[in-house]
Amino acid sequence: MPTVIVDGKDIQIGADERLNCIEAARRAGAEIPHYCWHPGLSVVASCRMCLIETGSRDAATGKVSMMPKLVPACQTPAKDGTVIVTASDLVKDSRARVEEALLIDHPIDCPICDKAGECLLQDYHFEHGQSERRADIHPFTSRRRDVGPTVTLFVDRCIMCTRCVRFAREVAGTSELMVINRGATEEIDVFPGFPLENKLAGNVVDLCPVGALGDKDFLYQQRVWFLKREANVCGGCAAGCSIHTEHNQDTIYRLKPRENPHVNQWWICDEGRYGWHHVHDPSRVLEAGRRLDAHSRAATAADASGFNAVEWADVVTRLRSDLKTASPAAGRLAVAVSPMLTVEEAWMLCAIAKSIDPQAYLAVGFVPRSEADETFPGGFTIRAEKCPNRLGVEAVIALFDHPGHTWTDLLEHVQAGHADAAWITAGYPTAPPHSPWIDTATAAAFEGLKCLVVQDLFDSPLFALATWRLPAAGFAERAGTWVNIAMRAQSFKQAIRPPAGVWPEGRLYWNMLGRLGLYDPTAVRRQIAESSASLAALAGDMPATGVDLRIHQLVSADSIHTKATPSHS
Amino acid sequence: MEDFKPVLLEAVGVPNGHTLASYLARGGYAPLKRLLTEKKPADVVELVKASGLRGRGGAGFSTGLKWTFLPKDHTGPIYLCINADESEPGTFNNRILMEDDPHQVIEGIILSAFATRASTAYIYLRYEYPRSWDRLQAAIDEAYAGGYLGPNIQGSGFSLDIYLHRGAAAYICGEETGLIESLEGKRAWPRIKPPFPAVEGLFKQPTVVNNIETMACVAQIARRGVEWFRSIGVPADPKNPRDPGSYGPKLYCLSGHVEKPGCYEAPLGITVRELVDRFGGGVWKGRRAKAAIPGGISMGLLTEAEFDTPLDFSGPSKVGCLGLGTAAVVVLDETVSMIDFLHNSCRFFAHESCGQCTPCREGTSWSLRMLERIKQGKGRLVDLDLLLEIGNTMGMMPGSTICGLADGAAWPIKNAIKKFHGEFADFIRRTNPDGWMVTEPVPALAILGSHASERLHERKKQNTSRF
Ligand SMILES: Cc1cc2nc3c(=O)[nH]c(=O)nc-3n(C[C@H](O)[C@H](O)[C@H](O)COP(=O)(O)O)c2cc1C
Ligand code: SF4
Ligand code: SF4
Ligand code: SF4
Ligand code: FES
Repeated sequence: MPTVIVDGKDIQIGADERLNCIEAARRAGAEIPHYCWHPGLSVVASCRMCLIETGSRDAATGKVSMMPKLVPACQTPAKDGTVIVTASDLVKDSRARVEEALLIDHPIDCPICDKAGECLLQDYHFEHGQSERRADIHPFTSRRRDVGPTVTLFVDRCIMCTRCVRFAREVAGTSELMVINRGATEEIDVFPGFPLENKLAGNVVDLCPVGALGDKDFLYQQRVWFLKREANVCGGCAAGCSIHTEHNQDTIYRLKPRENPHVNQWWICDEGRYGWHHVHDPSRVLEAGRRLDAHSRAATAADASGFNAVEWADVVTRLRSDLKTASPAAGRLAVAVSPMLTVEEAWMLCAIAKSIDPQAYLAVGFVPRSEADETFPGGFTIRAEKCPNRLGVEAVIALFDHPGHTWTDLLEHVQAGHADAAWITAGYPTAPPHSPWIDTATAAAFEGLKCLVVQDLFDSPLFALATWRLPAAGFAERAGTWVNIAMRAQSFKQAIRPPAGVWPEGRLYWNMLGRLGLYDPTAVRRQIAESSASLAALAGDMPATGVDLRIHQLVSADSIHTKATPSHS
Repeated sequence: MEDFKPVLLEAVGVPNGHTLASYLARGGYAPLKRLLTEKKPADVVELVKASGLRGRGGAGFSTGLKWTFLPKDHTGPIYLCINADESEPGTFNNRILMEDDPHQVIEGIILSAFATRASTAYIYLRYEYPRSWDRLQAAIDEAYAGGYLGPNIQGSGFSLDIYLHRGAAAYICGEETGLIESLEGKRAWPRIKPPFPAVEGLFKQPTVVNNIETMACVAQIARRGVEWFRSIGVPADPKNPRDPGSYGPKLYCLSGHVEKPGCYEAPLGITVRELVDRFGGGVWKGRRAKAAIPGGISMGLLTEAEFDTPLDFSGPSKVGCLGLGTAAVVVLDETVSMIDFLHNSCRFFAHESCGQCTPCREGTSWSLRMLERIKQGKGRLVDLDLLLEIGNTMGMMPGSTICGLADGAAWPIKNAIKKFHGEFADFIRRTNPDGWMVTEPVPALAILGSHASERLHERKKQNTSRF
């Protein structure tokens, strides 16, 4: 195995791994500061922050010969015998000088800069900079320039790493961003009339090592040090991009891509990035309610839509008895298992349904779709299937029932009069002004049922027919596992608590199954894995990057390179 | 030396010397047919290698050796790019060659393309040379008509197309990979190496970049032979195994404070003093010289005492300069202020830095702003240390930049401050008698950004800031 010598320490790297010196040093625990290099972009080696000393060790004699000049670690491949020195005086001086140079024209308006607290310029300055400013130059002002509908540029904070330019060119393939002018008067800009407007645009804000590119959605909303982050999965489409939900006091402030070589690399699309606002939409269903029947019509607690609030403890018991009463004969209960549910929630829902009616009809709920998958030059794909867990739900249903029932099948089934009761789970992010996911004509299929349970985030024509109106959880309020379009299962924890009065589906189902204590998705996941060969891979601890369900074996965490990557790549 | 006759400049002063007819009459294109039909490309490479020709574009790299770096068994196209961006201050020898003897250049290009197995050559011409453009294009047209360009040149089976490409006037387009980027239609940001152009250059294909004068030399080597070429100039130093020698004639561009500025051909190794006295008619107005730049401003600065330095490839570096560069000698007379000189030099590089590398982008701009302040009479002695530090740490040589522009910017700074430190210090003490040792702290940032809230703006205006 090739050996790289980092600060005197021998480090083995894979025989066919192509690492640069930054990556190799990181293996040895040595952080080489860098701005322009990003693993997902071409190498330009222009910021010169990563300069190190290198040399080579002769395999036979062990003699080390060093190169006289400093070299950029990002551009220098780490090969067998490569000697890397990351902290000599020469290297430290050079870093301090690059920091000094970058700060000459920098406004240093950290107090009003969104990036403060997660800014590489700040961090590196504290670690590698010098305490005294030798340049007697008045910094520029901090001009703001609109570069697109979602992104704004603070021109003078830019350190010209060109990550954003390369991203637009290489990954999004749209090339909106460019460098204008020359030398120290250089600026990032767009061509007049061609704003930064592509479906991946938000990534440039993540890539920007400083506060030059700002996300208008996040701008001045929250200081980053107040944010807590939870590893989540985006529910926007079947790609299932790994994300961090960044939140404070149960309020989401932004979503960020979480590096996952098997799924989204370093990116997410804007639809996903900004697709969290529905979670805090005031029009969410926030209360469990049961339709007034003739006998209790006098009750005053009923809201305008004709539902009577029901305590969750009562929901747990009455829901079951309502469904049982409505469909006494076997096979007369139909359940739509939403592809927004986690595997665990879906499994518990199916278990409940089968405990009420052993021949209950189980189908995958409505699967929203756009026209076609959209693949970008950098390989990133936005999926047409706009839900995160169709494959997971299908796999779960297959454990209980005939597999393959779709939402359309269920509609036909009900319309043909084969059901007396139905339980529709939804939870689609269709906050107003979006139209509801189901129209009145389609909803009419459920007219005349003895009992209709609808569990959803927002109002829809189904509620007009529903016996039970139950709230659903937003994606960040759920915990469990989603299976993406490539059969990769990713587990995640609850990031924020749902609004007061809302029980996420998992909690309700857990209680309806009579299980004790708090809802424990891990316990459910293990149980599923035990009972099923196809989902056996869910048994172990889930690596942060998920497991591939197509590999019917336990994937141990260390066989995948899920090395801890620092927050700034 | 006394009997040295201009060869590269033989057409200068010849009526219609730039035409095909004149070139043919002087024996031009005669060796072309013979070499293309009788020799193999490798033979021409050997010929040029044996001549000891070193590139005239600035770096002085052995031309034949450069050609051998091309992959041997490449199946795709190989490109030859001719560098006529000539933007080094003081340099105009390429212009003379293109205007007065374009066929000499074209013959050199054809032979070099043959040697490098290129069937397409680009001439990258700086924008400000309209006359070169006209003359070159006319000569290319003539050469096509005469069967020296296009398919099956002179029945040899070798084909070549030459495209004349006009740049948009930027110094950095002369850096070979900047030139390649620009030819590809991009911003001329020099590329990181490796890969070197010989392996992956223009349109991702193996590429050779050579200077116009280098091409003229190739044509003359083909016509007059290796022996002739090696009989001129300074032979390799036997005590230095890494010195390949400085052979052949060289075009020196003499300008500045001399009586007769101009482009003069002389054997490599002529001294500054000889150049000034024999060709330049001495320093103008009867004054004395103070300093000279040896080969374009990038190469640094010679004091008058160093004027006996031979201008061959290794001469200037013996007196602390970067090298021979473009052999453009600019003489400064005794009235020139070194502060003005350095300010002008810094202004040039700050303006021309492509802005990619942090040390070059910020270093050139910082040094300029320091010199502006010094000129305004607000200099501090510590500025001289800072300037020297910038000069010593910025550039490809300490490894802190991508291309050589930063070295070029650093050398005049280093040389001027080191060789004329007294003048700088005196100037600062004289013009800033109270402040020359002051290092005032920088005032805290005034928040002026348009994104700052109105309230902050107001507070600033009323000067009621809490800071
Ligand atoms: C900043 C910079 C500017 C340059 N400008 C020119 C130029 O204008 N013309 C030129 O021939 N070479 C120029 N060069 C040198 C070229 O990079 C290259 O070395 C040369 O064209 C090679 O030709 P040669 O081997 O025939 O000398 C420049 C180099 C640098 C670093
Ligand atoms: S980019 Fe960084 S250093 Fe600059 S103002 Fe923002 S936080 Fe401060
Ligand atoms: S805006 Fe940000 S990402 Fe773009 S070049 Fe400037 S610092 Fe780099
Ligand atoms: S050294 Fe200067 S001119 Fe050359 S690539 Fe770097 S920034 Fe551009
Ligand atoms: S030069 Fe290596 S990270 Fe910028």
